Amino acid sequence: MSLKNRSLVSINDFTKEEQLQVLELARFFEKNPVQDILNNKVVATLFFEPSTRTRLSFESAVSRLGGKIIGFTDATSSSLQKGESFRDTIKTVSNYSDLIVMRHPKEGSARFASEVSSVPIINAGDGANQHPTQTLLDLFTINQTQGKLDNQHIAFVGDLKYGRTVHSLVMALCNFNCTFHLVSPLELKLPSSVKFHINESKQKYFQYTRIEDVIKNVDILYMTRIQKERFSDPIDYEKIKNSYILKNDMLAGTKENLKILHPLPRVNEINEDVDNSAKAYYFQQAMNGVYVRQALMSLIFGVK
Amino acid sequence: MKEFVVKAIDNGTVIDHIPSENVFNVIRILNLENFDNQILFGTNLESKKLGLKGIIKMRNKYFEKDEINKIAIFAPQATLIKIKEYQIIEKTTVTLPEKIEAIVKCFNPNCITNSENITTKFTVLDKVDVKLLCHYCEKITDKENFIISK
Repeated sequence: MSLKNRSLVSINDFTKEEQLQVLELARFFEKNPVQDILNNKVVATLFFEPSTRTRLSFESAVSRLGGKIIGFTDATSSSLQKGESFRDTIKTVSNYSDLIVMRHPKEGSARFASEVSSVPIINAGDGANQHPTQTLLDLFTINQTQGKLDNQHIAFVGDLKYGRTVHSLVMALCNFNCTFHLVSPLELKLPSSVKFHINESKQKYFQYTRIEDVIKNVDILYMTRIQKERFSDPIDYEKIKNSYILKNDMLAGTKENLKILHPLPRVNEINEDVDNSAKAYYFQQAMNGVYVRQALMSLIFGVK
Repeated sequence: MKEFVVKAIDNGTVIDHIPSENVFNVIRILNLENFDNQILFGTNLESKKLGLKGIIKMRNKYFEKDEINKIAIFAPQATLIKIKEYQIIEKTTVTLPEKIEAIVKCFNPNCITNSENITTKFTVLDKVDVKLLCHYCEKITDKENFIISK
């Protein structure tokens, strides 16, 4: 099925084949990053919650494709401040643009936007729910570093409760017969809705509280930041903020093909002494985001 | 002769075997607060099936299947009895539908449906243990967290 004029709200909106179609085209953009194919297309980037990397990655992708960008970088500079409803903001902006990329702190906001908008919506993160374009770039990176997506042992470390990138990626990898090693404090375990999905797709998962118990057995170590902004009580955050700090000496004895990924930004969960390791791959991972977003937008606009 | 705790009706519908604590939830789901005919109800009545049960009797009211099945969230074992001229003409049970709309709130306080004027929509994941997947935030609301949305 064509991705033309389709929204991407949840990673499950695209089938496995459609996700692979995006990755295949991303490989083209990796080799040919500047393509003048979005002339006269206007992409609105609506960031109701600040995000530097994701927004810049999308804006870089649009610019490299020759498109135009409108939008705002946080809700204080939008008419929501004047009391406009979220519904009205989306309906209005969908009249001004051909595609809306949005991030919003409320879960489900992108799904709702896709129901009221006259143009496709790309979810660039809705609260702790989903971040499907991050998932596509994570899949691209896993495939790039391991040569395949099937049968991987993947450790997810840190905030698995609120980490939307983890939720989307676990769901996507359920199509590839992967084994999930879930490392988190007890307070931040993977939500039951995501575990339900793992069980439904008959994949295996194991839960741990220490990185050391799993690091030597995995192909991918997916580190995440424990996000201060997701805690209503700052004391709860202080108790667990330093639960996992990956250091270079912890990589001794790990698999040759191990790659360390992180959706960024990091705070202190990966020591800078890891950056020079051949196993550190998070900055290349971020770069891949531009190719994947170029591919996704090209397919939604039907120009590739 | 059997003594009726709640008076019999001549024509209409009886909903039996409602968990006592959910009688008022069923009344709200069916919007019976605005019903303009006779309603009789009882709670904490003896029941072999439930221990204690609730019952609602509505005079001159019959339901479509879709309309009545909604109550299965709060009364999964409810029996529906159609009465005509004091006689039982049909006895059925309710079945939870595949989709639930505009009945319960999403338990997730950060769900967009709890801050904007949006009708809640859920897919029923588990009909026995009653687990509802929110169409918007993709979180699961289970029966311990059901709150009526209106």
